[in-house]
Amino acid sequence: MSVDMRTFLAHVELANPITTAAGCASSGRELAQFFDLHRLGALATRSITMAPRAGRPTPRMAETPSGMLNAVGLQGPGIDAFLERELPWLAQRGIRTIVSIGGGTVAEYSELARRLADAPGVTALEVNLSCPNIEDRGRVFAREGSAAAEVIASVRSIMRYDVPVVAKLAPDVADIVSVARACVDAGADALSMINNPLGMAIDTEALRPALAAVTGGLSGPAVLPLAVRCVWQVHAALPGVPLIGVGGVMTGRDAFQLILAGACAVGVGTALFHDPYACLRIERELEDLLEARGFQRLADAVGLAHRPPGSAPRHLLVDSEESSP
Amino acid sequence: MQVTGTVLTTRRVDAYHALTVVAPGIAERHRPGHFVSVAVGGARTSMITRRALTVHDVKPDYGGTVELVFTVRGPGTAWLAERRARDTLDLVGPLGRPFPLPRDPVHCVLVGAEYGSAVLFPVADALLERGCRVDFLLGGAGAERVFGAMRARRMAETTTLTTEDGSLGLRGKVTDALPSVIADTRADVVYACGPMETLRAVTAVAIEFDIPVQVAVEEAMACGIGVCMTCVIPVIGDDGVTRMVRACAEGPVFRGERVRFEDVGTIPFDALGAPGGGARHAG
Ligand SMILES: Cc1cc2nc3c(=O)[nH]c(=O)nc-3n(C[C@H](O)[C@H](O)[C@H](O)COP(=O)(O)OP(=O)(O)OC[C@H]3O[C@@H](n4cnc5c(N)ncnc54)[C@H](O)[C@@H]3O)c2cc1C
Ligand SMILES: Cc1cc2nc3c(=O)[nH]c(=O)nc-3n(C[C@H](O)[C@H](O)[C@H](O)COP(=O)(O)O)c2cc1C
Ligand code: FES
Repeated sequence: MSVDMRTFLAHVELANPITTAAGCASSGRELAQFFDLHRLGALATRSITMAPRAGRPTPRMAETPSGMLNAVGLQGPGIDAFLERELPWLAQRGIRTIVSIGGGTVAEYSELARRLADAPGVTALEVNLSCPNIEDRGRVFAREGSAAAEVIASVRSIMRYDVPVVAKLAPDVADIVSVARACVDAGADALSMINNPLGMAIDTEALRPALAAVTGGLSGPAVLPLAVRCVWQVHAALPGVPLIGVGGVMTGRDAFQLILAGACAVGVGTALFHDPYACLRIERELEDLLEARGFQRLADAVGLAHRPPGSAPRHLLVDSEESSP
Repeated sequence: MQVTGTVLTTRRVDAYHALTVVAPGIAERHRPGHFVSVAVGGARTSMITRRALTVHDVKPDYGGTVELVFTVRGPGTAWLAERRARDTLDLVGPLGRPFPLPRDPVHCVLVGAEYGSAVLFPVADALLERGCRVDFLLGGAGAERVFGAMRARRMAETTTLTTEDGSLGLRGKVTDALPSVIADTRADVVYACGPMETLRAVTAVAIEFDIPVQVAVEEAMACGIGVCMTCVIPVIGDDGVTRMVRACAEGPVFRGERVRFEDVGTIPFDALGAPGGGARHAG
């Protein structure tokens, strides 16, 4: 018996719940050397900006306990080159693609949405809200419900109705549920969490910050509990909203935690740096775990950990069903 | 590709550690200049990024082996130094772009500093096969940090050694000796690997002699496969435009004169997409 791994991101069906995380699969071509990208639930692009961006100076990475810091600064080709070279390459192959966008103003996000509205091959649009808001002294949009909502409302009004708009949230905010609610009220069809919390490391030889940009985004297993907590809180408050759980997923068991907390899809980022085949392995491990616990459908496990205390542990129930002939 | 290899032998070579790993597939596809990335720390480790190491030697034994030569820098390489025969190692490779090789039997000077010399031996093999003349110039801080002197002497027309403390060969840096080596061997091309500062100086000498120089650079890498964008350096393209390019995917081998060594660690103001160049939204 195999498990039905299909999942829905709003009304868009994905063959399985495992996607790459934004900014961790470059243009897609790099990973295609290792495996067939059709086996992904979806591929998320890096966050595309209007103009090409050179990003931050190096060093851009530092390894930390069970994680790493990055300060890439959204290096990328800009929307023109993306539409000319990167998106068509994915679209021609029929690879399900979540296009991520990043901007410094509401107008910039809106312009990106306009450019993408008629482009073939956009399965969903993910709005990276962890970008500094130029009009608010560089405070990131994701920190504040109203700023995030303004971006989402504008992008939602521009994108075609059949392309889900996903708001990507940051964990280092006072109240993630209020930001999540503001985004959903503004029209977000789904939410993705978490982006990198900010961290810092100091090089004790050079006696200086390890990253040229001083601070950087923390990722990897170190942030998994943070992601589980955010998904849990948001699913509890907004149980009907599809969530993409992202953060520190290295194994099928990690993905399973996010699913049980309420995610219906799972993004894999830093794990790809260690294991280019991570998405396939995680999908297989997740399916095995579900099967071992008697699940027939992934969908039945989404948010299951929220069931009230005292209700029957599901696997015991299934076991007893199976043992009675 | 990813291979779970078995350590065949370990040895100390002066200040360096060398591991020979059975890695069929990687050995088979290896070209001089390729590197591999090694998972360190074992199954439940807190070290989540791989370590990039160039391949020193490839042999067809046991379906294909690769030899890695490294110095202990931090916890990852310290863990590697503790590996013993029959331990397994998780490798991804071959990665990066190899050294381009000349079509004609030209004169080549191979310049290596510290463990950077290791990658030059497969290059020398390939050059000799093409009938090229090979001369080595190898250096390090002290005698025990000059890698591969004996083997170089067996392969090359001439081998020049330098140490900063004068304990072996000429006192000084490889770049101090480079002008006379180029002149004496009537070199047509230079191949170099070593610290960024050495590559900068080697490139300056080659430009002075107006001969091409191919350098293999080292920049901190998180993925080695081109997906994380952490390993970038400023490189001038065919169109004259400077871009921040990935040392792991577009490199690690570059034409020396195309690398803006002075600007490594910065975003040059005229680089494509640099702040102020029309893309003024930070993030
Ligand atoms: C293409 C390439 C080929 C290399 N070949 C060799 C070789 O043949 N022999 C050898 O001794 N060393 C080589 N290096 C350097 C080697 O990768 C580093 O010394 C090693 O990663 C340090 O790991 P660590 O855990 O000991 O040190 P730490 O300083 O603790 O490493 C921490 C993190 O920084 C990264 N890092 C730190 N320094 C470097 C660096 N210089 N280059 C890349 N990543 C770095 C590591 O991958 C790791 O993620 C090469 C590097 C590159 C990029
Ligand atoms: C090198 C790197 C680049 C990233 N780039 C982006 C990006 O462009 N847009 C975005 O929304 N998130 C970006 N992220 C965040 C990831 O998508 C993800 O939310 C985060 O890293 C947590 O997941 P992980 O632990 O699986 O990596 C990036 C992360 C890393 C490590
Ligand atoms: S090391 Fe990740 S892109 Fe080069």
